[in-house]
This record gives sequence, structure tokens and C-alpha cells, in this order.
Amino acid sequence: MAVLEKTPQRVPGRPALRTRGVSLVWRPRYVLVLTIGIAVLVLGMAANIGRGEYPISIPDVLAVLMGGGDSGQQFIILELRLPRSLTGALVGGALAVAGAITQSIARNPLASPDMIGLTTGASAAAVFVIVLGGGFGTVGGFLASAGLPMAALVGGLTTAFLIYGLAWRRGVQGFRLVLVGIGLQAMLMAIVHWLLVVAEVFEAARAYVWLNGSLNARGWEHVVPVSVALALLLPAAFLLAHVLGALQYGDDTARGLGVPVNRARSLLLLVAVGLASVATASAGPIAFVALVAPQIAQRLVGGARPPIGMSLVVGAALTVISDVVARTAFGATELPVGIVTAVLGAPYLLYLLARYGREARA
Amino acid sequence: MTPLTKTDAAAAETTTAVRLRAEHVRLAYGERTVVDGLDLDVVAGTITAVIGPNGCGKSTLLRALGRLLKPTAGQVLLDGKRIDKMPTREVAKILGLLPQAPTAPEGLTVADLVARGRHPHQAWYRQWSADDEEAVAQALEWTGIVDLAERPVDELSGGQRQRAWISMALAQGTDLLLLDEPTTFLDLAHQVDVLELVRRLHQEADRTVVMVLHDLNLAARYADRLIAMRDGRIVAAGEPAEVVTESMLAEVFGLAARVITDPVAGTPLVVPIGGHAQSS
Repeated sequence: MAVLEKTPQRVPGRPALRTRGVSLVWRPRYVLVLTIGIAVLVLGMAANIGRGEYPISIPDVLAVLMGGGDSGQQFIILELRLPRSLTGALVGGALAVAGAITQSIARNPLASPDMIGLTTGASAAAVFVIVLGGGFGTVGGFLASAGLPMAALVGGLTTAFLIYGLAWRRGVQGFRLVLVGIGLQAMLMAIVHWLLVVAEVFEAARAYVWLNGSLNARGWEHVVPVSVALALLLPAAFLLAHVLGALQYGDDTARGLGVPVNRARSLLLLVAVGLASVATASAGPIAFVALVAPQIAQRLVGGARPPIGMSLVVGAALTVISDVVARTAFGATELPVGIVTAVLGAPYLLYLLARYGREARA
Repeated sequence: MTPLTKTDAAAAETTTAVRLRAEHVRLAYGERTVVDGLDLDVVAGTITAVIGPNGCGKSTLLRALGRLLKPTAGQVLLDGKRIDKMPTREVAKILGLLPQAPTAPEGLTVADLVARGRHPHQAWYRQWSADDEEAVAQALEWTGIVDLAERPVDELSGGQRQRAWISMALAQGTDLLLLDEPTTFLDLAHQVDVLELVRRLHQEADRTVVMVLHDLNLAARYADRLIAMRDGRIVAAGEPAEVVTESMLAEVFGLAARVITDPVAGTPLVVPIGGHAQSS
């Protein structure tokens, strides 16, 4: 890795790191906060892995993850418990990055995938598969495991196209996106409820647990699809983040700066929908992570929009720690992780709404 | 102060170099045609001000010149090439624009805002090159806001904020600048401030400027060339002294007024008659 050099500063507040052809603004606060965030995430995962009928201490967990420990611990951790935590971290990270993108595009913190119906669209399609496609299970193998994620992806994309189309009016404005999204969200919820009513009891129960956003019984077969999706979509998100910054200034200014606005926005939205849908397919629509995590990340780092990298870490840590709480707060009863994130996220939503009301009156 | 001789000399050198040209342009928002069959040349090294009553299509014209709005007929040429066929990023290296009432994201600092002007020169791996820093430092100095660099944009006064936005357009490093009502919401002192800055850009940095202005007297004072529009057509175009006449004011603005000579700049000065018509 090339070492970036600090050069004398001419513009206050924007120290530079530069080396042949590569240059960026040196933001010490971001690096510090990101480092702490990663540490919290790792400890959260270790705590989550350590919990269970056979408790393992955090140092032992870390030792096994580094390649040590005895074979019993290795089996329990690597085969049984790690996939669950890993799924939680990946899903939470994916949701948070999706939220950071949509909130930035709409220039509105309310415009996260879980508020404007993207995850509900993915859910409706997934519940459709669970409830009416019970027969799909007999196909078995690849189709059975790929069916749900594919359905969720199709559902999420369809919803995104609908929102974009309905909110389009010579460009897309944030508040229209939010209002149209909330409307669609309500309609999609109605579809989900209808599906639950017509479903057989067993399938309805399965769908219901899934709808709450659960990490129960997640194995490596759940980790793989999210990992593949993240491996493809995250680099895209980081590449497009630079353009996302320009889109924040409104369409005319962004065009003036040479951004092909509609193409850039469509691409970014596609990445966000992909991330949110795959995450939803893996663990259900875990509530509020996509709304809250990017906002926490922005408050921690400072700046004018939710930062992608920090959102990833905050979303992952938030989901994993919520899962620890979900598994342990009520003794033997394990709650779906989505219930904990909802309890954490709902007050924040109220705060956002109250703040908006005040600003609107001011 | 001899601004007129200076600009006359500059104009004489470069009369042939048309930077921006509109040819038989028709501009419409959906079904509503705002501008039709309009021709316009913007010559290198001049300040052009577009004037006209509200809704005459002057901002629409500026948007078309800056490729924000695609003409439904006719074409806009930038240095002889169709602007809508050029990659938008390439256009952004030649032509900078400041939209009417631009909005900055909350919590942004002035330095970050101005640095955003470098976007067309950057990539994801090259976000703050030495050239970028040089251009931004210069733009901050030009607009006199170096001391504000680390302040959030939302905390600035109207005049400071407008200078920050102009600074961003300057940092883009283009020799063509389109400014849509750069003086709106500013008090008179700050309006003069901004226009003095525009004049310095033109005189010292050889920028070509097209701007939409509301104030006729300031337009006449600071522009080399005025374009008076009404109902989507150009009614008069030329040097301020040719364009600002009592008959033009009546035709374009429906305004009864006397035109006298500005005692300071020697440019035309509009004195509305209004309710004093009887007594004069």
C-alpha cells in the first residue's frame, strides 16, 4: 500500500493526503470514529458468538477467530454460531449502506428503504413465495434457496421502479419520493396481510417470524448470498459515493458540475435496492436499521451526508448488538432481532418527525 | 475609472470568437413554450446581462445555454460544437454555472462547498489534488471568504453565502460563467459587491460572463452587452446605451420612465415616472 503524504495546507479545514495520482482530504475524525466503530463491531460479534447454552468467553471467541482454541470450541463457533453473527453484520451493513444512499439521493433522512417501501416490496414478494409457493420447496436444492432472495430482489426492484415513476416530475424531489414511498408501503403491507390471511397456518407462522426480521438458525448457506451481493454492490457504492456528494446539491448544480444526473441517480438507486433486497431476503425486513444507522454514522463523523463506510460499520454493529439483546434480555425466549431494532429505532423516528414539524413551523 | 475603454478594447480584439451560440432555439416546459426561434451569440471576453420582466424566459434561456434544458427545436453551440452532444463532464470544464437560489446540504462547510466546484476534474481516487487545492484557495481569495472557510454554509449571511456559491463556480476553473440572478435576495451594497466581483473576474481573469439580472441600472453599469427579452423573444440587444431607451422600457417592461446618464459611470440610468407622471 502506498503511503500518502501530507502536504502544506492552503485551504483551511481540508488537509490533503497525496501520492502519485491518488489524493484525498485527510479527515482524522473519520478515521478515529471508524476505528472505534470496527472495534465495537468485533466485540459485539464476539459477545454474540459467546452467548448460548454453552457460553464461551470473549477472549476465547477471539482466539478461535484468530485460528486458535480447542476443536470443540472451534466447532461450536465456526460451524454453529459464527454464521448467525456474520449474517447479522452483513445484513445490517447492507441495509445501512442502502439507507445512506437513498437518504442522500432524496436529501431527506426519512427516505430510507424501510420507510419508503423498498424492504416491504421485497417482503411482499418473499411472503408470496413462502405462502403461495409452498410447492417450490419440492424443487429443492438451488432453486429452493435462491427462490426467496430472487423473489425479494424482484419485489424490491419493482417497488423502486414504481416509486421512481410515480414520484417523477421533471426530476425527483426528496419529499415526493418519501410521500409516494409511504403510500406504496401501506399498499404493500395490505398485500402482505392478505397473504398471511389466505395462507395455511404453518406457512403463515413461518412468514410471520421472517417478517419480524430474524437471525435464528442462520447458517453458512445464508452467509454466502449476502456476501456475494455485498462483494459486488459495496465496491459500486464506494465508487459512486463521490458522485453522490455532487447529487446533494440539487439537479441543476450537479448537472453544472458535469454529473449525468439521471444516470448516476438510477445507478445509485439500483445499488441501494440491490443491497436492501438481498439483506431482506436473508434475514427479513429488520426494522429501522436502514433509517437509523446512516444517521448515527453522520452524527459521529460530521459532514453533510451519511458516509458510506461508516454507515456500513454502524449498521453491522447495531444489528449484531441488537441480536445479543434479543437473545438474552428475556431469558430463554429468543426474540427476533427486528423487534429490538424496532424498539431502538422507533423513538428516533418520532424525534425526526418532531424535528421536521418544528422546522416546518419555523 | 475607465471601464468602458477597457472593455471596448477587449471586445475589439475578440469580436470574432463566439463562445456560446443559440440558433433558432425553442424552449418549452412540457406543453408550454417559453422561448421560440431565438438566436444569440455570446462573444469571448464580454459580460452579457439578460434583462426582461418576470416570466419573459430569461432564466429559461440561461438554463438552455448551460445545457440544463434541451431545446425542442434549434441548437446551442459551445465553441462551435453542439452542447448536447458533448459529454456533460467536458462541458463542465469549459462552462460553469450558478443556478438561481442553489441549495447546499445542511452542515456543509464553506471550504467543502467551494471544493465541490472541482468535481469535473476529480475521480473517486483523485479527490483533492494539488491543482484542486490551488484552484479552491484562489477562488476563496477572489471572493474574499478565506476567513469563512471552516464555517457551516447555513450560518452565513445572504451576501456571504452568495459569494461562497460564486466561489464554487470559480473553483470549477472555467472561462465561461453563467449566473442566474446572482444578486437576488441581496441588499444594494451586497449587489454591488457581487457585480464588482464579476467585473474583476472579467477584467483581471478574462472570464466571459452571461448573467440574468433584475436591476436595469446595475445591468447597464456592469454589462458590456444587454439583451432585453419579452415573451420569449429578444426585443433589443447591444451596448447598454443602445438598449436602455425610453421606448425599450415602454415596449419591454410597459414602464413609463426617463433615461438619464448615470453621473458616476456614464451609463444609462432609468428613472421611473409612475405616479409622478402628472407633475412632471
